[in-house]
Amino acid sequence: MSAVTQVDPAGTAGSTRALSERRPLGDRTFQALALGCGLLVLVILVLIAITTSQQSTSWFSAEGFKIFTNNWNPSANQFGALAFIYGTAITAVIAIVLAVPVSVGIALLLTEVVPPRRARPIVYVVDLLAVVPSVVWGLWGILVFAPWLQHIYTSIASGVNGTPVLGPLFGQPVSGASFFTAGIILAFMITPIVTSLSREVIATVPTIDKEGAYALGATRWEMIRGAVWPHSQGGVVGAVLLGLGRAMGETIAAALVIGSSPAITSHLFAPGYNMPAVIANQFGESTGVWRAGLMGTAVLLFAITIIVNVLARGIVERNARRKRGA
Amino acid sequence: MSALTAEPQKADLREPAGWRRTKSRIMTSLMVLSFVVVIIPLGFVLWTVIAKGASVVGWSFWTSGTIPPNTEPLGLGGIGPAIVGTVEIVALASAMAVPLGVLGAIYINEYGGRGVLARIVRFMADVMTGVPSIVMGLFIFSIWVLHFGTNGFSGLAGAFALGCLMLPIVIRSSEEMLKLVPDSLREGSYALGATKARVTVTVVLPAALGGIVSGALLAIARAAGETAPLLFTILGVQSLNWNVFHGATTALPLLIFSNASSPYVGAEGRGWGAALTLIAIAFILMITARLVTARFARYAR
Repeated sequence: MSAVTQVDPAGTAGSTRALSERRPLGDRTFQALALGCGLLVLVILVLIAITTSQQSTSWFSAEGFKIFTNNWNPSANQFGALAFIYGTAITAVIAIVLAVPVSVGIALLLTEVVPPRRARPIVYVVDLLAVVPSVVWGLWGILVFAPWLQHIYTSIASGVNGTPVLGPLFGQPVSGASFFTAGIILAFMITPIVTSLSREVIATVPTIDKEGAYALGATRWEMIRGAVWPHSQGGVVGAVLLGLGRAMGETIAAALVIGSSPAITSHLFAPGYNMPAVIANQFGESTGVWRAGLMGTAVLLFAITIIVNVLARGIVERNARRKRGA
Repeated sequence: MSALTAEPQKADLREPAGWRRTKSRIMTSLMVLSFVVVIIPLGFVLWTVIAKGASVVGWSFWTSGTIPPNTEPLGLGGIGPAIVGTVEIVALASAMAVPLGVLGAIYINEYGGRGVLARIVRFMADVMTGVPSIVMGLFIFSIWVLHFGTNGFSGLAGAFALGCLMLPIVIRSSEEMLKLVPDSLREGSYALGATKARVTVTVVLPAALGGIVSGALLAIARAAGETAPLLFTILGVQSLNWNVFHGATTALPLLIFSNASSPYVGAEGRGWGAALTLIAIAFILMITARLVTARFARYAR
């Protein structure tokens, strides 16, 4: 046996060396190049964190914990960003509350109701929502949608005037541009991604579970409640979180329709501000601590969206893995 | 006759009647309704843009050399500089992000495999798609524009910002396509003695090309509509700037953004015209992507 291995015709190439060492230079260069491009993602993410933090140090040192107060007044050199954080949270929550039922509804329609051939045009239409650029949503929002909403806001406000809970929520509309208008536009914009992710999750439900439910005499809705929902719950939560991340970071549409007024108020129909919008609107004219403050707002926004996205992707991935394993 | 009546009763296989059936039907109608709820705003937006933009756009509107001041009425000048800027910046961004993204996908799928590093890179690429576009703009502003003072604003800086935005999208879509290439192709080429690099470039990539191109086109369509990364990288000017590597320039989304908040009718009209142009570009890219998928997708799901 050993004699056979000794007589290797290609022995001069050095058959005793490991295969990996014999690989030609071009091959190894290509691998290194590919690895470099893969690592580029990590490098960019780290660089974003470092450079934007560096630019915002003077804000953190000048204001300290006052960055979390509610007084953003560049002319008086006061830069508390609480109103923007509040606005980001409130508009994102409105967007999620509006978009999630619709998105999950469409996802169920696509997977459980219509046959695959008819589902494709529906997918195209929903994807079209994502093709309309953010700035076009904003243009339409401020010039067409907001003036139209203003009438609705005024009539709702006069209807709920003085009511205990509804009054503070839906009163005092100033113009069509408000937290709620921004929330509605953001809802349109995040619907495609929440829909497509929910659909992917729901599509992994085993056919045997669904058929089992039908065989027990369940109606379609009972089948969805009993077989589809328990299986896809976790993944849909991940999809919703991802939509939340998108809604918080969406800039230009919000900058145009939110009303540009740093205020913390319970009135959803009142003009407000959120983090991306204030950066987009004020960064160009800002200087000194003001500019650092806007940079710092971007750092906060970056940190929040990264946390939300890591959570969301983690949930989606863990859910997918568990379902595959089961 | 009596035999007929003695026949056993057939099982009722129809949907159960009564409240359960009604409830199921209500829920199904709600699902259909949720689709309708989505169509209405989409139709409303597209109709408005077409109705208000169609009368504005035209050859002279697209090719005019300078963008008139906001106070000027419609009919004077056009948006030529913005179209030139958008095409140049998006092309440059694609030239950077598409090759790098495809190589990154090759790393994840061909070299990294199930290793820890490849999983981390894939996960972070997913996370990076969620980074707000305004943060990308400020990132390029602080790392590039600031170092060159007033000369920092350029099409190149804008292309860097858009490229950062496109990179994770290209990586993820290309990786999905590489995953669909059957292993038998790879094994066949290895058996012929090809190195890994050669197998990847001459066998795997051509097999996945259709899907990769269509994914890249969708990423380009998305980048073309982005405003926030350009705000603080290309500045926005009124005059034509052919040089993408030097000097401030402008782009369609930026023009729409500044015109949307302008009180003048002429500026508003030009905004609608630019919006129609931008949507048309995005739609053409998306339709091309669909055609490429239909024509070249060899290993569809």
